[in-house]
Amino acid sequence: MRAVGLSKQVATGDAQLTILDDVSFDIAQGEAVAVLGASGSGKSTLLGLLAGLDTPTAGSVSIAGKDLFGLDEDGRAALRSQLVGFVFQSFQLLPALTAVENVMLPLELAGEPGAQNQARAMLERVGLAARVAHYPKQLSGGEQQRVAIARAFVRAPRLLFADEPTGNLDSATGEQIIDLMFELNREQRATLVLVTHDEAISRRCGRALRLTAGRLTNGA
Amino acid sequence: MSALQQLMVALRLLWRDWRAGEVTLLAAAIVIAVGSLTTVSFFTDRVQLALTQQSNQLLGADLSIVSDRPFAAEFAATAQTQGLAVTRALRFPSMASAGGESLLTDIKAVAPGYPLRGEVRLADALFGAERIAREIPAPGTAWVDDRLLTRLNLKPGDTVAVGRARLRIAALVTQEPDSVIGFINSAPRVLMNEADIGSTGLLQAGSRVRYRLYVAGETPAVDAYRAWAQTRIGPGQTIEGIRDARPEIRSALERAERFLGLAALVSVILSAVAIALAARRFLRRHLDGCAVMRCLGARQAIVVRLYLLHFIALGAVAGVVGCLIGYAAQFALAAWLGSFLAVALPWPGLMPAYYGVAAGVLLLLGFALPPLMSLGQVSTLRVLRRDLGLPRGVGAIGYLLGLAVICALVLWKAQDLRLGAYVLGGFLAAAGVSVALILLLLRLLARVRAGGGVSFRYGVANLRRHALANTIQVVALALGMMALLTLTLIRGDLLHSWQATLRPDTPNRFVVSIQPEQVAPLNAFFARHGIAQPAVYPMVRGRLISINGRAVSSNDYSEDRARRLIDREFNLSWAARPQPDNRVTAGRWWEDDGAARPDQLSVEDGIATTLGLKLGDRLTYDVAGSTFDATITSLRKVEWDTFRANFFVITPPALLKDFPVSYMTSLFVPPGQAATLNQLVGEFPNLVVIDVAQIMAQVQKMMDQVASAVQFVFLFTLAAGLLVLYAAIASTRDEREYEAAVMRTLGASRRQIAATQLAEFALMGALAGLLAAAGASALGYTLALKVLNVPYTANHWIWLIGIGAGGAGIALAGMLGARRVLAAPPLQSLRRVA
Repeated sequence: MRAVGLSKQVATGDAQLTILDDVSFDIAQGEAVAVLGASGSGKSTLLGLLAGLDTPTAGSVSIAGKDLFGLDEDGRAALRSQLVGFVFQSFQLLPALTAVENVMLPLELAGEPGAQNQARAMLERVGLAARVAHYPKQLSGGEQQRVAIARAFVRAPRLLFADEPTGNLDSATGEQIIDLMFELNREQRATLVLVTHDEAISRRCGRALRLTAGRLTNGA
Repeated sequence: MSALQQLMVALRLLWRDWRAGEVTLLAAAIVIAVGSLTTVSFFTDRVQLALTQQSNQLLGADLSIVSDRPFAAEFAATAQTQGLAVTRALRFPSMASAGGESLLTDIKAVAPGYPLRGEVRLADALFGAERIAREIPAPGTAWVDDRLLTRLNLKPGDTVAVGRARLRIAALVTQEPDSVIGFINSAPRVLMNEADIGSTGLLQAGSRVRYRLYVAGETPAVDAYRAWAQTRIGPGQTIEGIRDARPEIRSALERAERFLGLAALVSVILSAVAIALAARRFLRRHLDGCAVMRCLGARQAIVVRLYLLHFIALGAVAGVVGCLIGYAAQFALAAWLGSFLAVALPWPGLMPAYYGVAAGVLLLLGFALPPLMSLGQVSTLRVLRRDLGLPRGVGAIGYLLGLAVICALVLWKAQDLRLGAYVLGGFLAAAGVSVALILLLLRLLARVRAGGGVSFRYGVANLRRHALANTIQVVALALGMMALLTLTLIRGDLLHSWQATLRPDTPNRFVVSIQPEQVAPLNAFFARHGIAQPAVYPMVRGRLISINGRAVSSNDYSEDRARRLIDREFNLSWAARPQPDNRVTAGRWWEDDGAARPDQLSVEDGIATTLGLKLGDRLTYDVAGSTFDATITSLRKVEWDTFRANFFVITPPALLKDFPVSYMTSLFVPPGQAATLNQLVGEFPNLVVIDVAQIMAQVQKMMDQVASAVQFVFLFTLAAGLLVLYAAIASTRDEREYEAAVMRTLGASRRQIAATQLAEFALMGALAGLLAAAGASALGYTLALKVLNVPYTANHWIWLIGIGAGGAGIALAGMLGARRVLAAPPLQSLRRVA
């Protein structure tokens, strides 16, 4: 994955606010990279751009040689469907769906057969075999994040984005979640991009990109 | 904070919310509710005002007695000795002819002094300047209305024949008291001098003459006279005072008010649903603000009071806007329904506006107070922990207040506890059945769900998640659609099946008032003109005075129809054998023409039910002062809509042949032969020819006008139904946007997300359409069999149209409302909503 000259500005009233300023870096296949920075330094915006969830003011991102912003929104969605998994700070499970249905969703959207069995196996893998038919609101925070992780890994993505995955969890549960993520990441040999402000977590990654006020100050 | 400061803060809050679009939906719901209520009440208020302000003008006197026979001399004499002004008039239908054309008219012959109150306005030419009449028409002259002039192609100064008399048209009547054109009688008016009645030769057996005595003077004297007259009047005579102000208009008005009012209430109930939905969303979006206000030191009571004021102000402002819309819309109702009244409608008063605004504020408070109270209870901790969610303890009980407001409105509009209870019960039962049905269908759909595509599955999952909220939406939409389906498809179908029951040679003219000696010449006339000899039926006018020896009075009956039947004279007839289209349903028809035992009656089964008569009852009739008794020996079923002459009560020939009799007949006259009828009236001037087609056209026009008015009121219902849909979409839009964003991060294409939402909306619309088609069919079935007595032909299109149009329409509306969900970049949505 390669980012070149990424910038993001937003208009606030009559002023232009620069969130990301000319950020460039490469990430190799199978690497685990932490994105570090204070609150408001542009970490989550960078992640959103890398995943094609948002569009930059300037610059480009290419994944596996494909220019992300040369594609339209549906093209990016198709690319995500093929290559990318997500874990969010606030889990982002769909409340209308049970745990297993949430995990099935990416498989079904891609039209893969045997979604239910794959999803069950994945939930078993993250230790939630007994909770498959529960709705998100019936699960604890840690359990919800496990469902989210199962959903992220169920299609064996080559790229996994995690946005402060422990931000809403207590430290003991957070540690278990991080362990699980790194374990799955090793098993599937995926590339991991992890946004955090926790130095301890960032030390477990091979490399750290540090953002300060929208500029990359370390790790490129 | 002082009260004034609080009000100012509340108004500022309201202004900010309005600017941010937070209260648009609430405001729209109130505008629709108040608009539909006041449209109806402004209109009925105008008619009401016309009745009270112009009641003696409408009556032509301070007191009037109507009678179906001439008054005894003491009625006028007593009034005169009490110092009251008195005059009289008589009124009957008759043909008027000129230049070989003839026309059924409504003759009013008046005596000097008429009218005692109000005025007759005249003009010398069509659309000419009006003047007030100082006298009554001079002997030998008549005043006629514009319809007679145009239909007979006459102008003032020409001569018109009424019976055997020829009258010169001295003026055109533009306004007269004591006439209510439209409700019953639409025949053109001839106003003539009482002195000319003898020369017309029209007062014969069988003529339907109404005699009227007018009295005016000081109130105490009028009251004393009324008390005296009350003791003197007999059957067939009624007293009308200013206070009774045209009972027939009043009861028609009351019926219109109730019916239109209840129709308007359907929109109010739907608006209440929209208000409840919108208020919940309002609450959810204001929780944070309230938590912050509490953190900043506002007491719970202050928060509640601020929002209470905010809501009252909102209700009042939206209520006023609703009133303005209602005021404008009532003109449409007046245009359709006002034409039935010969009264100029005054401007409406302000009362409906007060009620309208009050209803708006009450509705808003009824449905918004429960969530509002919980705003005050919001935990201050919410500023730290977003997931604390909604305060508990509101629940269903909170909405009891709103329900109470609705019940009060329904009872107020129905103005009758029983009717109100029926309407509420019917509404609740229908809503309950619909809710149960939809929940069941959703459950069934969930079974199918495993088989459908992924978009369909998530569409169904979404529907099921908010099962109750979605069900309310579906029911609301179904109600609006049902009203429309009924008024369009079902109305057309019913009319068709009714017209289809009429054969092409169905009689289109009734000829009444045939004197016994005219029967033979009349048959000769028909033979000469090649018209098939129609059956001629004898008619004797009699009044039912006792049943099984007990005197009957209209006070014994509560039903309007029964009271009218008792008050008026019946047309009795005799026959040896039943008519071919009559079927004896109980008892037996007499043998040997009833000669062996003439005191028998055959009664139509409908009237028997209305009057509570049964086989074996002995009835006493008064015919022109002499009486006879007879026993009911058979009941008959009559096909009334064949337009053949038919009678409620038939006797054997021997029983009635010595009473004063006239004859009637019904016949089919081909359109080309209408001129023959003019010759008929020329040869037999006393005959009254009633053009059925013309009356049917009038009835049809009246029905169309009423239907237009009702449809108009139901437009509010549809608007309210769409508002509920919009409110429901808005209340779940944040969730939809969030879900769409999550699905997009998981790689869903825009098409997949659109298909999911499309499936959800289309399913909802199709369910509503299904329900609406079922409801409209049930209504049509009931109307056909119970009210119109025509066979019900099921219209299969209604299902297709209901489900198809419902599914497509709601899918379109829903997709338009949910556009933003698809347009926003996913990260933005996740940040905005989370």
